Amino acid sequence: MTQVNMTVNGKAASGDVEGRTLLSSFLRDQLKLTGTHVGCDTSQCGACVVHVDGVAVKSCTMLAAEADGADVATIEGQANPDGSLNVIQQAFQDHHGLQCGFCTPGMVMSTAALLKGNPKPSEAEVRAYLEGNICRCTGYHNIVKAIMAASGQDVGAIAAE
Amino acid sequence: MPKDGGIGASSKRREDVRFLTGVGNYTDDINIHGQAYVFFLRSDMAHGTINSVDTSAAAGMPGVVQIFTGADFEAVGSIPCGWQVTDKHGEVMQEPRHPVLAHGKVRHVGEPIAAVVAETLEQARDAAEAIELDISELPAVVDMKEALKDGAAKVHDDLNNNLCYDWGFVEENKAATDAAFEAAAHVTTLELVNNRLVANPMEPRVAVGEYARGTDEHTLYTTSQNPHVIRLLMGAFVLGIPEHKLRVVAPDVGGGFGTKIFHYQEEAFCTFAAKACNRPVKWTSSRSEAFVSDAHGRDHVTKIELALDGDNNFTALRTETYANMGAYLSTFAPSVPTWLHGTLMAGNYKTPLIYVNVKAVFTNTVPVDAYRGAGRPEATFQLERVVDKAARELGVDPVALRRQNFITEFPYATPVAVEYDTGDYHATMDKLESMIDRDGFAARRAESEKNGKLRGLGVNCYIEACGIAPSNLVGQLGARAGLYESATVRVNATGGLVVMTGSHSHGQGHETSFAQVVAEMIGIDENMVEIVHGDTSKVPMGMGTYGSRSLAVGGSAMVRATEKIINKAKKIASHLLEASEGDIELKDGAFSVAGTDKSVAWGDVTLAAYVPHNYPLEDIEPGLEETAFYDPSNFTYPSGAYACEVEVDPETGKVTIERFAAADDFGNIVNPMIVTGQVHGGLAQGIGQALLENCSYDENGQLLSASYMDYAMPRADDLPMFDVDHSCQTPCTHNPLGVKGCGEAGAIGSPPSVVNAVVDALQSAGKDVTHIDMPLSPDRVWAAMQ
Ligand code: FES
Ligand code: FES
Repeated sequence: MTQVNMTVNGKAASGDVEGRTLLSSFLRDQLKLTGTHVGCDTSQCGACVVHVDGVAVKSCTMLAAEADGADVATIEGQANPDGSLNVIQQAFQDHHGLQCGFCTPGMVMSTAALLKGNPKPSEAEVRAYLEGNICRCTGYHNIVKAIMAASGQDVGAIAAE
Repeated sequence: MPKDGGIGASSKRREDVRFLTGVGNYTDDINIHGQAYVFFLRSDMAHGTINSVDTSAAAGMPGVVQIFTGADFEAVGSIPCGWQVTDKHGEVMQEPRHPVLAHGKVRHVGEPIAAVVAETLEQARDAAEAIELDISELPAVVDMKEALKDGAAKVHDDLNNNLCYDWGFVEENKAATDAAFEAAAHVTTLELVNNRLVANPMEPRVAVGEYARGTDEHTLYTTSQNPHVIRLLMGAFVLGIPEHKLRVVAPDVGGGFGTKIFHYQEEAFCTFAAKACNRPVKWTSSRSEAFVSDAHGRDHVTKIELALDGDNNFTALRTETYANMGAYLSTFAPSVPTWLHGTLMAGNYKTPLIYVNVKAVFTNTVPVDAYRGAGRPEATFQLERVVDKAARELGVDPVALRRQNFITEFPYATPVAVEYDTGDYHATMDKLESMIDRDGFAARRAESEKNGKLRGLGVNCYIEACGIAPSNLVGQLGARAGLYESATVRVNATGGLVVMTGSHSHGQGHETSFAQVVAEMIGIDENMVEIVHGDTSKVPMGMGTYGSRSLAVGGSAMVRATEKIINKAKKIASHLLEASEGDIELKDGAFSVAGTDKSVAWGDVTLAAYVPHNYPLEDIEPGLEETAFYDPSNFTYPSGAYACEVEVDPETGKVTIERFAAADDFGNIVNPMIVTGQVHGGLAQGIGQALLENCSYDENGQLLSASYMDYAMPRADDLPMFDVDHSCQTPCTHNPLGVKGCGEAGAIGSPPSVVNAVVDALQSAGKDVTHIDMPLSPDRVWAAMQ
């Protein structure tokens, strides 16, 4: 067991972990931040995406020990300070970009990383960026629409309610 | 003008806020103080005789609480099957025992052999590795037709053979159908495979068992679409626990698509082990485990023949299907290729004679059961493919051939035992044709060809049967359950309502749409209505969510209960207003006396019900809570017309979906935004089946597609934006909301149009290709072109 210390959603967090403990397990099991989901064991689905030092990371592929000293952001820290949904979250609700909600934390975290690097992505760029995030419910249509809306683009021309 | 609340409004989903902020409560988020963890040791062999399972070394490993093997479950019931099919000779199907942990034999890769309960998951896994298995491998049967041959290895030694049943439907139609084929001017024949799929909800299955010694009460938290059904199946048939001592909770569930309907061994195990170990026991499936333990879907091999007269009228339809059951009968497996498939074979057409034969086969593979659509996609795919092939053989327009044979008068009794109440198939086809710019297709094809690509347009129709019912009929057909739904509406003193529904939401947004219905009926704000589901200790009874039944059946129960509430509230209001009950009207949340300005607010009436000072106590009881059970008199029959436009790269065989349009008739619609989302999701799964997804075994029964590396899930860049319309509405005539169900349509209606489009593209280049089996992967398409 080794002790790890990190900042999670702006607060200091620490715990004892085995060498093999994944960051996703540390967040879920020790810090009880269960918003980060685990949908696969081959690093394919993206339900577990968090930000480590500002970079989107699949937390199931990173050891907790590797995040020692890092600044970690999870879905639980994304809402506005007053508790209201942030722009991305609000766009997902407005455009019905989620159904069961299981992929959603990863989608929101990936979106935040995408828009940081590419503030006005095209539809093709959004779809390409989401290559590592699987959603089984929505068919992606409304996720893509939500992401483009979150980036301030007019999505009125995209079909459907 | 879009409404801003109630029925017909695209109300935003209230459940989204918790999901978007990471505070949903999925089963794996539940951790109970003192819980231990289970790891299942699963068979890596498809078929073998278990000589011994030696746990002695493992038992001494660090952290091990207890190890269980098949022997510990000998006195425990078999995992039950919920549907008994009777074959064409009047014999009941062969039904094998399905143990919680394998005993005597292993019958598929992934079957649990032993379970280690330990302090941590890692310790449980480490100990499982120390279990010594002595298993003699037996020849595996994987191919269905091989499995039925004399001398084939038997999956179950105590059954006669690997044939679960040989079903004929409608047996009395067989001779007349055969005669119609003799007399036909043209017969189109097609042999095809409906590829095996894995449902893959993004949340893997989880079970947490808890036992309270003081009260002898069991609790199971589980990823289920129907917790009451699990309570009944597991309590009554497996573990012998009465309902009043067993609580089953299915909290937020991360998608189901059918695969979370069924009762699984892991649920029974965790419930059993929590008592045996006297501590909570938790199991979380890994994705790798999910591939070998979640029930799979589809897997039919079919020969279909369509007979036409000289005027291109369909005169008869005949099919022969082999349906894979896997190694055991999952909960509703026998019903899928029979009653959910044969009854749909008329489709949208007035074919007078239909005969369906289905042979259900045991193989050494994971059990197969309902997956989004369940039987109906298989029916639609073969029918819409053979109609398309017939049109091409006859040189007629595929849309015109369909239109010519459409059913146009309702109600319509099909030759396959169902009666469609309403529909307007020309209307959805008209709508579709207006959406797809068919006239512009030639130009788009020319443009593609300029770029070295082939372009194809595929169209198809579908009919669906949702809300399977009524209970007395399905009982005659072999269902071992009722198919009603219940709802309890509890009005609180200050006017807020809680609806306890037996429907379960795992992505469908019931918490929003169900509240819209009740709010509209009373004329109050949606936020005054709370929807409670997924907990047998809160909801009196429920059959759950599957088969696009929630609003049609569960919603109807809720409407009935709300009507009872309104009737009683009117009695109270008539007392308060000193008017006769017949004169009381409810509008916008207030009761008034017709023709006067006297009124009393909803909240005053509800308060009077609980503080009955000025109250007709001699006539009615205090309180305002009502329950209704709703058992539908018929299925509902959504229908629609879909079109897909593809580009095919002749160099690589790669298919790209360029446009996809869906015109559906779901009857009345409560929340158009949610309905559109349901269609999108269904389309993605149907297109996934058509182009990408395939669950495949080698001849030894090893699963070749056991992770997301090998099983191709549709990703964002595999799919286009969809053009979805549901403005054609012929309301269901027999449920109070006039709704039909929308959850499965997309998955049912989309695969044939994709394949039709690819065939169209290849034929446009002069290729003699009449069919390619799904998934239409580049290698298959390329090979077909050579
Ligand atoms: S859980 Fe991390 S990618 Fe699937
Ligand atoms: S919303 Fe269910 S997986 Fe994306």
